Amino acid sequence: MLDWWLPENVSTFGRDIDWLFQLIYAITGVTFLLVAVAMIWFLIAYRDRPGRRARYTHGNTTLEVVWTIVPALILVILTALSAPAWSKIKMTRPPSDFVVDVTAKQFNWQVKHPNSDKVFLDEMHVPVNKVIHVDLKSQDVIHSFFVPQFRIKQDAVPGRSIIAWFEVTKPGKYEWPCAELCGFGHSGMRGWIYVHTPEDYQKWAAENLTAEAKPAEATPAAEPAKPAETKTGGKAKK
Amino acid sequence: MSAHVATAHAAHEHHEMGFVRTYIFSTDHKMIARQFLFMGLLMMVLGGLLALIVRWQLAWPETAVPGLGMILKETGGILEPSTYNMAFTMHATIMIFFVIMPILAGSFGNFCIPLMIGARDMAFPFLNMLSFWTTFTAGLIMLSGFFVEGGHAAAGWTSYAPLSAVPQYTGVNWGQNLWCISLFVMGVGSMMGSINYITTIVNMRAPGMHLFRMPLVVWSLFITAILLLLALPVLTSAVAMLLFDRTLGTSWFAPSGGGEPLLWQHLFWYFGHPEVYILILPAMGIASEILPVFSRKPIFGYHAMAFSMIAIAFLSWIVYGHHMFVSGMSPTLGMAFTVTTMIIAVPSAIKTFNWLGTLWGGRIQFTVPMLNALAFVAMFVIGGLSGIFMASTPVDIYIQDTYFIVAHIHYVVFGGSIFGAFAGIYFWFPKMFGRMLNPLLGHLHFWGTFIFFNATFFPMHIIGVGGQMRRIYNPMQYEFLQHQQHWNVFITYSALLLGVSQIPFVINFFYSLFAGPKAPMNPWNSNTLEWTAPSPPPHLNWGAHVPTVYRGPYEYSDPDAREDFLPQTQAPVGAGARRH
Repeated sequence: MLDWWLPENVSTFGRDIDWLFQLIYAITGVTFLLVAVAMIWFLIAYRDRPGRRARYTHGNTTLEVVWTIVPALILVILTALSAPAWSKIKMTRPPSDFVVDVTAKQFNWQVKHPNSDKVFLDEMHVPVNKVIHVDLKSQDVIHSFFVPQFRIKQDAVPGRSIIAWFEVTKPGKYEWPCAELCGFGHSGMRGWIYVHTPEDYQKWAAENLTAEAKPAEATPAAEPAKPAETKTGGKAKK
Repeated sequence: MSAHVATAHAAHEHHEMGFVRTYIFSTDHKMIARQFLFMGLLMMVLGGLLALIVRWQLAWPETAVPGLGMILKETGGILEPSTYNMAFTMHATIMIFFVIMPILAGSFGNFCIPLMIGARDMAFPFLNMLSFWTTFTAGLIMLSGFFVEGGHAAAGWTSYAPLSAVPQYTGVNWGQNLWCISLFVMGVGSMMGSINYITTIVNMRAPGMHLFRMPLVVWSLFITAILLLLALPVLTSAVAMLLFDRTLGTSWFAPSGGGEPLLWQHLFWYFGHPEVYILILPAMGIASEILPVFSRKPIFGYHAMAFSMIAIAFLSWIVYGHHMFVSGMSPTLGMAFTVTTMIIAVPSAIKTFNWLGTLWGGRIQFTVPMLNALAFVAMFVIGGLSGIFMASTPVDIYIQDTYFIVAHIHYVVFGGSIFGAFAGIYFWFPKMFGRMLNPLLGHLHFWGTFIFFNATFFPMHIIGVGGQMRRIYNPMQYEFLQHQQHWNVFITYSALLLGVSQIPFVINFFYSLFAGPKAPMNPWNSNTLEWTAPSPPPHLNWGAHVPTVYRGPYEYSDPDAREDFLPQTQAPVGAGARRH
C-alpha cells in the first residue's frame, strides 16, 4: 500500500499539504467516477439500435447554469482552503535563530551551519522540532531544494537569496534531491539532511563545527567535475 | 457571375499547373493541409522514438538501448546523462512544435476553415504557402541540431535560463542556438498562418454563414489563431533574446551581467500557457464536430460551447504564473494565479458536461472517429482533474517537477490533442484524400492506443505522488525511489506496446491512400459544408457557386425532417423554414 502513496510526512506543514492532497483526491475521484459512469451508461443505453431516433434537443439553460455554478463553488472553496496553508508555508514564516546557508552549484549543495564558516557538501545537520530557516542561493543555474518527506520545494535562483523554512518532527536521515534540471549532473545531485535530537545536535556541532574538528566531507576541494569555470556570482546584488 | 468566372479561370489554370505548383509550392489550402499533415506525422515518428529511448533508460538505467549502438558508437548504445537530457528535450520540442501544432492548427486549420465556412480558399493563398515552407524550414533547422558538435539542446523544452543561456552550463553550443533559431523561424511561419485564418474567417464566410452558424471546430480554430497571433511573438522574442545572450554577449537572463533568470520564465510561460490551449482547443473543436455526427443529435449547448472557448482564451493569459509557484516569484502573486487557475477549470467543466449532454439520448454509432473522440473526452477529463492538484498552491509545492506533472501533461496533450488529431484524421481522411480508411485496422489502432496510453501514463501519477522527479537520468540513484522502480519497468513495456500500436495506423494510412475504396461525397451523413464538395474537393472547392447556408451545423434527427440529418445548405421548405 505504501508503494502507492505519498512518502511519510515528517514536517509540521506537511500535514496541511497532505490533507489538501487527500481532499482534492476525494473530490476529483468522485467527479471522475460520476462522469465515467454517466458516459458509460449513455454509451450503452443510447447505442445505435434500429427503429429508434435520437432525441432532438439543443440544450437546457437550467443545466448549463447548474454545471457552471457547482464546479465554480467547489473551486472557490478549494481556493479558500488552499490559501491559509500557502500563506503559512510561503508568505509568512515563524521566526528562528537557526539559519542554514545553502548555496547550490552544479552539482552539489554547499551548506554552512549557524555559527560556523565550514562548508559541508551535500550534508546538512539540524535539530528536531525547531524552525529551521534556509537561506537559499545558487552560484550558477537554477536548482530546486526538495525534501520529499518534508513536503518542501523551493527553487534556488542565481542572483537571489530566498528564505525557505521547515520544522521536522521526527529525527532521521532524509534524502535531499535537486528537483530542477540543472545540467548533465542533475540526476544524482542529492544530499542528506540529518535530523538530530537537540542533545545529539549539540554533540555533533561540538565535534564538527568547531575550528579544530575536520570532518572528511567538509573539504570543498573534493568537488566532482564541474562543466566549466563560470563567474556567475551567487552573492550578486538584489 | 463572378464566382463562375473565377471557377472557369481556375479550371483553366489547373491544366497548366505542373507537378511543382500542384504538389510542392501549392497555394491550394487543401494541399497545404496535406503537407502539414505529412510533416507532422513524420516528425511524430521521430518524437515517439525519442520518447522510447527516454523510457528505456528509466526502466533499465545505463543499459544499451537496442539499435542505438549504431548511432552512439562510443558507448555502444548506452545513454550518457547529456544524451538523455537531449532526448527528452527534443522529444517535447518536436512533439509540441512540429507534431501537434502542424497537425491540429496547420493541417486541420487549413483544411477545415475554407471548406466549412464555404470559402474557395484562404484569404492569402500565397502567404499560406509561405507559412508552410517557413514552418518546414524551421523543422529542418531543428533537425540539423542533431548533427552539430556538442549535441542538440539539452536544457528541457522549457529551456530555463541561465542553464540555457550560458553554453558552459550544458556543454551544448550550436544545438541550443539552432533550437532558438528554429523556434524563431517557426514563430514567423505561425504568425503568417494565424493572420490568414483570422482574415479568412472574418471576411470570407459563405452567404448565410453568420458567426453562430459556424461549426464549433471553426470556432476553435478561430480562437486558436487569435491565441497564436498574440502568444507566439512572445516566444519568438524570448528565443531571440536567449540567442543574443548566448552569442552576442547580452545579459537578459544571466545574473552575471545583471540579467534576471525569472524573466525567461515569465516570458516563456506567458507564451506557454496559451500554448497549452493552442494545442487543446482544436481537439475540443474536432470532438465537438464528431460527437453530434455519430450521436445523430445536435450538439448540446452550442452557445455555451462557443462562449466557454472564448472564456478559456481570455483566461489563458492570466493563469501562466501557476507554472512558477515555487520559482521564487512573489508568493502573493502565486495566490492570485491560484484564483485565476481555479476559474479556468470552469469553462473546461462546462465543455465536458455539454459533450456528455450530446451523448444523452443519442443514437450512438461506434465508428473509429467516434471512438477517438470519446477517448478524447474521457482522457481530457482525467487530464483536467489532475490539473486541480497543481492549481492548489500548497499541493503544488510537493508535486511540482515530479512525474505527476508529466502524467498530467500527457493526459492533456496525448490523451487530448493526439486522440483529437486521430479522430480528425479518421473523420476527414475521406474528404482529404478521396478514399475510405479501413475500419478494422482503425479499431485495432484505436484499442491498442487507448489501452497502452493509459497503461503508460496513468502509473506516472503514482510514481509522481511517490516523489519521482521529472528529467532525472536514473531513478535508482535515489534511495526513496527504488521501491517503485517496478512501475518504471511497467511503464516502459506499455510505452513500447503503445509504439507498436501505431503500426496499424501507418499501414492503414498508406494502404488506403492508394488502394482504399473511393469515398462518397458525404460518407458520414454529416451536415457541414465540406461534405457538399466532391471527395477530394477540386481546386476552389465548389463548382459554379459557393454553397448558401440556411441553418446551424448540427441539425440531426429533426422530427420535421425526413432523414436524420439536415445539411446546412438544404433550402428550407415548409416547416423547416421556421428554424434559422
